[in-house]
This record gives sequence, C-alpha cells and structure tokens, in this order.
Amino acid sequence: MTDAMIIDDAPVASLRRLRRFVRNPLGMGALAVLLFITVAAVLAPILAPYDPGLIVLSETLLPPSPEHLLGTDASGRDVLSRILWGGRVSLQAGAIMITTAVLVGVPTGLLAGYFSKWFDGLASWVSNLLMSLPEILIIIVVISSLGSGLAPTMITLGVLASPDLFRLTRSVVITVRGELYIDAARVSGLGNARIIFRHVLSVIVGPLLVRASFVFGLAIIVQSGLEFLGFGDPTRPSWGGMLSEAFNTFFRAPELVFAPGIAIGLTVMSLVILGAAIADALGSERATKVRAGKRSVLSGTAPVIVEADKPAESATPASALLRVENLRITYPVQDGGDKAVVDGVSLYVGKGEILGLVGESGSGKSQTSFGILGLLPPEASVSASLLTLGGESLLGRTEAEMQQLRGVRMAYVPQEPMSNLDPSFTVASQLVKPMRYKLGISKADAVERAHALLSRVGIVDTKRTMAAYPHQLSGGMAQRVLIAGAVSCDPELLIADEPTTALDVTVQADVLELLRELQRERNMAMILVTHNFGVVADICDRVAVMQNGLIVEQRPVAELFADPQHPYTKMLLDSTLEGAPARGQRVPVQSPGQPIGKDAS
Amino acid sequence: MTHEPLLTVTDLNVEYPTKGWRRPPFRALRDVSLTIGRGETLGLVGESGSGKTTLGRALLGLVPIDSGSVTFEGEEISQLKRGARRRLSRDIQVVFQDPYSSLNPAMTVEAILAEPITVQGTSRADASKRVRQLLDQVQLPADAGRRYPREFSGGQRQRIAIARALALSPKLIVCDEPVSALDLSTQARVLDLFIDIQEQTGVAYLFVSHDLSVVRHISHRVAVMLHGEIIETGDGDVVTSTPTHPYTTRLLLASPVPDPAQQAERRARYDALSPSTPAK
Repeated sequence: MTDAMIIDDAPVASLRRLRRFVRNPLGMGALAVLLFITVAAVLAPILAPYDPGLIVLSETLLPPSPEHLLGTDASGRDVLSRILWGGRVSLQAGAIMITTAVLVGVPTGLLAGYFSKWFDGLASWVSNLLMSLPEILIIIVVISSLGSGLAPTMITLGVLASPDLFRLTRSVVITVRGELYIDAARVSGLGNARIIFRHVLSVIVGPLLVRASFVFGLAIIVQSGLEFLGFGDPTRPSWGGMLSEAFNTFFRAPELVFAPGIAIGLTVMSLVILGAAIADALGSERATKVRAGKRSVLSGTAPVIVEADKPAESATPASALLRVENLRITYPVQDGGDKAVVDGVSLYVGKGEILGLVGESGSGKSQTSFGILGLLPPEASVSASLLTLGGESLLGRTEAEMQQLRGVRMAYVPQEPMSNLDPSFTVASQLVKPMRYKLGISKADAVERAHALLSRVGIVDTKRTMAAYPHQLSGGMAQRVLIAGAVSCDPELLIADEPTTALDVTVQADVLELLRELQRERNMAMILVTHNFGVVADICDRVAVMQNGLIVEQRPVAELFADPQHPYTKMLLDSTLEGAPARGQRVPVQSPGQPIGKDAS
Repeated sequence: MTHEPLLTVTDLNVEYPTKGWRRPPFRALRDVSLTIGRGETLGLVGESGSGKTTLGRALLGLVPIDSGSVTFEGEEISQLKRGARRRLSRDIQVVFQDPYSSLNPAMTVEAILAEPITVQGTSRADASKRVRQLLDQVQLPADAGRRYPREFSGGQRQRIAIARALALSPKLIVCDEPVSALDLSTQARVLDLFIDIQEQTGVAYLFVSHDLSVVRHISHRVAVMLHGEIIETGDGDVVTSTPTHPYTTRLLLASPVPDPAQQAERRARYDALSPSTPAK
C-alpha cells in the first residue's frame, strides 16, 4: 500500500463546486430571476408595448387590461413599459456603482495588503475617511453641482462604497501573503506582479463575488431611494421614481406601488440569495456535510452515549477503573448515510495504569478519547455496550451529568497547550476558578493550592506564572500549567491527547517524566494518545494500536515491542527511524564538504 | 571540475528588529559557517527558536542577510538584487514543512508544477511534458495534474511540493522540516523518495529538522544549532550516535526509542544529565 496511489474517482474540485451551486435550488432560482430581469431590461426597447414617457391624459389610472397589462399611472403612462425601462436604469446604476467600487477598492486593497508599509497606512487612512463621510450629504452636493445624471451619482456612491471592498481585499491579501505558497512562488523566480495576479487575485475572487452581489443590491436600493426622494431625473423612468409617484396617488390607486415595489424587492432579494449561494458553493465541504445531516440537534449539546444493541461481552476485566466495550462513533455524511470513525472499540484501564493509544492520523484515537470524555460535537452519534468509570455506568448520562464528572473524576490534557488556554485571562484565574467551582473551596484556599500545584509541575517562579497571560508562557510552560489544572481536582483518570507532540524533544522528555511522576504519586489511571512509539516505550504499561476506527492489537508494552502480532503494528514499528542505521552506514561514507559520486555537471 | 563545495556560508548574521524603542535587535543567526558539497545532504538539527529555519530562509533570499558571505558555485549571492536572485531560482529550491499552506488551493497541480517552468520561458507544451515527468518521478499518477491540492493527503501533497522543487532541476534544495507534519509510515516513504531523487539527480539538500532520527536517516553530515549558533558539525552517524557537545547529547537522550528496555536505559542516562545543561 502506498500513499502515492490512492486517488478516488471524485470529480475535480471546480466541477464539484459548480455542481454544488447548481444543486442549490434557491441559488439557481435567484440566478434565473436575475437573468430574466436582465434580459427584460436589455430588450426593453423591443418588449415594451408603449413609449414609457408617452402621456395619454384620457387613460389615467386604468386597471390592468389586455391593452395595459399592468394598468396605467396618474399620467396615463403604461406601467409595464415603465417597469421594463426602469429596470435598465436600476441595473445600469448598480453596474456603474459596483464597477467603480471594484476599480477603486480592489487594486488599492491588493497593494496595501501585499506591500503594506507606507501605502497601507495612507490607503487605510483614506478608507477610514471615506467611511466617516455622510453619504447623503455628498450625494446632494454632487447632484446639485453635476446634475441628476446617473453616472456622476453612481460613481460617487461607488467611491463611497469602495472602502468596503478595500478592507475585504486587504484582509484577505494579508492572510494569503503569510502562506507558504507565496514564499514558494518567490523561490520559483516569480516577480511580484505575477505573484499578485496568479496567487493572490485568485483567492480574493470568491469572497469578492459574494460581497459584490450584496453591494449591487445595495446600489439598487440606494438609487431607488434617491429617485424616490426626488433626486433623480423626472424624465427618466425608474423604479424608485415610479414608487414615489405611486405614493402620490396612493389613496386613488394603491395597487400602483406593487409593480415597482416587487421589482425592487425581487431584484435585491435575488442578488442577496445569489451571493449567499456563491458563498455556500465556495465554502468548506464540512459546512455542507453538517447541513446534510438529517437529524435535528439542539445546538451545542454533546451527544448522549446510548446503549448499543450488541450486549456487553465482558471482554474487559470487571476490576478495571475504566471499561469501554464496543464503542461506536458515527458522523452523518453528505449522501445521507453515516460514517463510523470509531467502529466497535473495546478497551480498559486499571487503577494506576498507563494505557497508550497509538495510531496514525484518522485512526480514531482522538475521537475515542473525546467519546469517553463526552466531548464530541452535537452531530456525532455515540453508542457502546458498556462504558463504566469506577463501576458506574456512563451510558445515557446527560451533558450536565457528564459535566459533573469532567475535571473531577476524569481530566484532559490537550495537544496544543496554547490554544487550550484562554488568551484573555491570567493563569491564576484559569486555575483558581475551576477549583472553586469543582471543589467548592474558598478563593484563598484555591490560590494556595494553585501555587502548590504549579511548583509541583516544576514551575519555579509560581507568583510570576500565576500573574502571566498565556502568550507570555513558552509551550512547555503552558503544557505544565494545563497539567497542573488537569490534576488539580485529583482525577481518577487522566486522558492526555498527544500531550507532547507540539513540544521540543527535550521539553517532551521532561513533560513525560512529570506525567509519570504525577501518575505514580496519585495512583491515577491514564490514557496517553500518541503516534510516537518512543513515547509509548517511555511511559506506558499497556498499549492499544488503532487503525481505521478499530483496535487491532492491545497488549502489555514489553510483549508488543518484543513480538508484534498484527501486520499494521509491524508496519508502524518498521517505519520508525529511531534506532535505525544512519545514512552513512547504508551508503559509502563521504568526506565532509566534498563532492559526492559523479560530478553534477 | 573543481572540488570546491557547492555552497559555502561564512560568518552569516541575521537580525530581526524587536519592538520597543532602542531595544537591540534579536540576533537569529550568529556567525554561522557551513559548507554543502554537490549531491550531499547536510542535516541541520535544532529545537524551536534555534535559528535553523531562519538559516534556510536566508539562503533562499526570503530573509535579508545582515553580514557574512554566501557563495554558491563560487559566486557571492548574499546581497543579490531582485532580478539576479530570480535567476538563481533555477539552482536553489525549497520544500516547506506544511504541505497544506505551501500549495495554492485555487490552482490545479498541473498549474502549480508548470508555473516555475513557464516563468523561465519554456513553452506550454514542453512544460506540460515536464510536469508528467515530474509526477512520475515523485510516484504520483499522471491524472493528478488536473486535480486540486485539497484532494490529496498530506504525504501526497508533500510529493507535489517535492515535484515543484525539482521542476527546474536545481542543484540545492532547502528542505524545511518536510516530513514533520506527516504520519509515521508516510514519513518513512517520503524520506526514501528524497534519497532516491538525490541518487538519481545528484541534487544537494540542506535538510532542516528537529528530529535527530530523521536527520540521521537522510544526512551525510549533520550540524547542530542552538540559540542561532552552530555548536557541532560532523559525520551524520557520529553526531547522531556519539555526539561531543553536551547539548547534542541531551537532544539525543531526550528522543525516546521504540524499545522499552533501551528506552529505560536512555531515560536513566537523560535523567542523570545535570539540568543545568543548556535548555529553557
């Protein structure tokens, strides 16, 4: 089996995105409506049955009839013709505004985000200035000095809306600029212009399309609003102007507001829905997956572990502290089915024992530990034939009941120490609050206890550490703080999920040593999730090897290393480089700094 | 041909400005000197903050060099102008650690691999031929070209990144922790791919890693970095099994071996080290 060969037959991503968009009925509906409106507006000169400005005083305020499908207005003009011509104005207005906003906002955002320095400062200052200007006032000034033509008004509005796109572009570019593929492109010999066009621009297109469709909708509303207020050209048929006139005759012919009102509402609504549909199609696959899950879940509550149909086989010793039999965790997938990430796992941990849970990414080892802790996301379904902690069954416990156990009887040490400390609180408050809550002790007692714990985990200056914010700690220190927090309420079971993977190797050695000491002195049971067999050999008593959601081998450590049974375990052990011969021993040794083999010329 | 090294670094210094008025800048590299021969792998080991990544980035021209000299094939390259630096991209390439952010998610694999080739003025047809060759060289199927990076696993993505680095047939590839983000079994296969490619093409590697066992597996020679300085250099096997510097010894004894008996012994020796040896 080689990782080089596995490629599924799924269609390429761009096709998949298109397909996802096409399958979204709302988005397609909106697109159809917009297309219809655009075609109708473009073909207005052909489609409109009358001249939109033709005044027939003998035919005012007529109801709909075969001659006038939507009736006539107070001046006897055909409403349908005016709606069609008005659409031209609205779409033109939107197009002018969005083009201006894009032309002004996007290039400046690109340059500001990519080169930063003085240009960023200047452009951001100008954008802030534009955002603080009162739009309506400026528009009135523009209209009174440049006339009520469509272009000056909409160009001004476009400039005023450009900070929106400027900020979007700038923030996207700043994120992209830090990506390694930009560095790789630079190393590949690409110039700045090429990097911007090929790598940066392609990333902004998605979010920009989404935002542009909203701005377009906004343009139509603002333009109609101006016409409604009378800032437009009265000889030009427009939806806003029609609405305004309809209000003048509201008591005689109230139905006149419907046509322009519906036209504006439908267009803007379609644009917003289209924007949302584009965002969905471009968005992560995961979002769609979650939505595809059919069961309705109360937001934010972890799933209750239900009892499996399969009876417990008592494959785990009754005396063990933690017994798990036939644990199954499934997630809904896009096609409506379920995918099991943990598929019938049975394991146990005795008092004062360390169980290593080993596997590669995707093997389900972290999911298993989250399942035991009751920390899975709401869309997961969990079942087990048996799940006991100290003889008590955890099956069917509610979120609140599990909450009572966590931190007190079961504790958790995560992989990423930094992201598991809240950056806006000091270490002191993150250690003291849980102890007061869980143990019901006074603040002074909790503080004293926290000091003792910190010095127990090897932190010398406990006072300074207590007052520190997480970003002031090194990774190793942060992990020590989290370990102190985890053991603060004397748990019976400690689950550590790759606790040393993010740490330097010398720090790892010290943290493992600390975990072992704490485990021994408190006679804790521990599950250590890891991918590193060296770590297993260092501190574990027993080890369970996981592959594809199943435990393939579960034995005492010495036995497993001496005589691995399962082919997967053998393969993993063969892949470890630790203790393997050096390259110099496999190929002829070279003299330092000298050319090797044939000359590369 | 001469027997001079491919790359020679002498007394290299790199400083980062620190925040705060009149604070001295942070010296990321202090008087670093090393050589890399043609077709040779120099392993560079160190913990986080040791400056090993900065050294790689300085050689690639991604970090400005404050003082010191870097010569590549006898030519001084430490203070090159943009255009000259870009021409050098034929010869010096990179493979980064993170196979997720090092490939542009919006481009197909074909476009990613063809980019460095076409930018040098090669025709599209020739570039596409070369892309197929590259995919074959890193053992990816030929139809991988029309797919996007997100459709590949971490190991496969790293193969794509290697193929991109190989596209211009460089003489030196800076490998910045290229297997650290990969699973154990994938890691071993990708390392073997690196070795195969070196044996076929004669490319030299500067192989940066925090993992002594990985470096040992791939390197002819190994240099150990601590606080921006190289504290030990020598034959790969010697440095990684019987180091002379106390810090390297500490590093070696800290990495656990997958054998309970051996590890117990290693652990005992590690614990016996005085805690005053350089560490944080």
